[in-house]
Amino acid sequence: MLKSEALNVEKVRADFPILNRKVHGKRLVYLDNAATTQKPNVVIDTLVDYYSRYNANAHRSVHTLGEEATAAFEGARKTVSRFVGASSPEELIFVKGTTDATNLVRFAWAEKNVKRGDTIVTTLMEHHSNIVPWQLVAKKKGAEVKYVGLNKDGTLKMDEFEDAIRESPALVAVTQCSNVLGTINDVARICRLAHEAGAVSLVDGAQSAPHMPVDISKLGTDFFAFSAHKMMGPTGIGALYGRKSLLEGMDPFEGGGDMIKEVHTSGATWNDLPYKFEAGTSNIAGAIGFGSAANYLSEIGMDKVRRHEVELLEYALENLSKVKGMTIYGPEDADQRGGVLSFNLSDVHPHDLATILDERGIAIRSGHHCAQPLMEWLEVPATSRASFYVYNSFDDVDSLKEGLEKANEMFGA
Amino acid sequence: MSSAEIYKEIILDYYRHPRNYGKLEKTDGSARETNPLCGDDVEIQFSVADGKFGEIRYSGKGCAISQASTSMLTELAKGKQVEWVKELSKEDVFKMLGNPELGPARVKCALLGMKALKVAAYGYLGSKFEENNGSDS
Ligand SMILES: Cc1ncc(COP(=O)(O)O)c(C=O)c1O
Repeated sequence: MLKSEALNVEKVRADFPILNRKVHGKRLVYLDNAATTQKPNVVIDTLVDYYSRYNANAHRSVHTLGEEATAAFEGARKTVSRFVGASSPEELIFVKGTTDATNLVRFAWAEKNVKRGDTIVTTLMEHHSNIVPWQLVAKKKGAEVKYVGLNKDGTLKMDEFEDAIRESPALVAVTQCSNVLGTINDVARICRLAHEAGAVSLVDGAQSAPHMPVDISKLGTDFFAFSAHKMMGPTGIGALYGRKSLLEGMDPFEGGGDMIKEVHTSGATWNDLPYKFEAGTSNIAGAIGFGSAANYLSEIGMDKVRRHEVELLEYALENLSKVKGMTIYGPEDADQRGGVLSFNLSDVHPHDLATILDERGIAIRSGHHCAQPLMEWLEVPATSRASFYVYNSFDDVDSLKEGLEKANEMFGA
Repeated sequence: MSSAEIYKEIILDYYRHPRNYGKLEKTDGSARETNPLCGDDVEIQFSVADGKFGEIRYSGKGCAISQASTSMLTELAKGKQVEWVKELSKEDVFKMLGNPELGPARVKCALLGMKALKVAAYGYLGSKFEENNGSDS
């Protein structure tokens, strides 16, 4: 059996109780990591520990439990901000996830700063959460959204991008890694060019932060959005990094408890960063679990996580492309893409394929992946997608390949 | 449950060899239904003779389950009274497909054709009703 050179997969797998589960009597082969990831014991235990030992509201109560909960919550903020290289924890706002983060920027920054006639630059490979908020802003403010196109191999047309930023856009919003093509964009360069053109930049890190080393201080982005559940953490929690100078100039968009300094009947003053953007009781357990997930990943080492996924990708690209009728989308070079593999198999519809694979215990995603503009560009209604994480093995790729061959056989290809 | 149980030979057969696929020049009723989740898309068209389905065709694209069940439905409907769709039930469709063990996500695929047929047939029956009663109401 082939072994990963980057890390000991068997040891990692032992940390994930769900991987012992059988599905339709078969070993679970979980290849839907771009949708959400499985949770290691430490994250699960962290949640149980919080609820069974020190459950209390953060920032409000001075009793022991309250102080412990606040310390753990703020500790998680430090951990997560360090994980992505934010310069200070006050720049890290806890939100529900990536979608919530882009919408926070929409309401608290874009609605105030995007003016009639402005442009917002995004790309054809974005997830809907990095398209729809900007369409809504554009509609409300009389601005225009521009979509940078793609080369045949699924990489960004940088010349088109450079043309687009000549018009001094208000905002440039780009994903670091496509959840369909796997394409990794050079967001450091994109942000630099955006800034030179006077634009504010936002990077969708939903598929990058979980899978590769990310250092916001080097990327130079103004905003960076990511979700805990895609990096072994709980659902319902994520983070928005925002550059302090920008966050300071923004008004909160939700009013309530925690986000104020003083409230009088005549009005209120805003709390300090990041609390000004965290109205109401936060997802405290989620945040603590998020921190625990970030710690777990750091212990493995993000460079190892990335190297392991590149090994899997190389193996998958080589072996799956041999299956009859396979069309694989995105860059051919594993070094240029994240561990996401979208494909179509002869005339087997992705939903049929997903059902056939499910019966073999293999979980993949089928559909438009919340990226319909990209589906239009690919000229397909849907694709199948296998996406990897550190606990996936070469065996998982072999199982997928067998499943694909079985589907071919059933459909008579 | 194995694949063979969901993908009954009959489903695969109709998917590979669609019956009544295409479009009609003249129609008395038609409807199109889509399932955005899957991208399934079917259109049913028919003509009516003596209150019965005459020519009936479907077109579209999508997964094997949606396409096969629509194709089979057109065969089932042909020659029957248009009124018959009122009795047509989910269970009839499942039975026609060989009672595969479909999860909730795939049930929608199986029933897409039935939805299109019902919408088309009710549209036809409604317009007939108006023709017969509309002028003096
Ligand atoms: C690239 C990308 N951006 C944004 C999102 C949205 O993340 P969430 O659903 O956690 O808000 C996803 C997840 O589907 C994604 O893959």
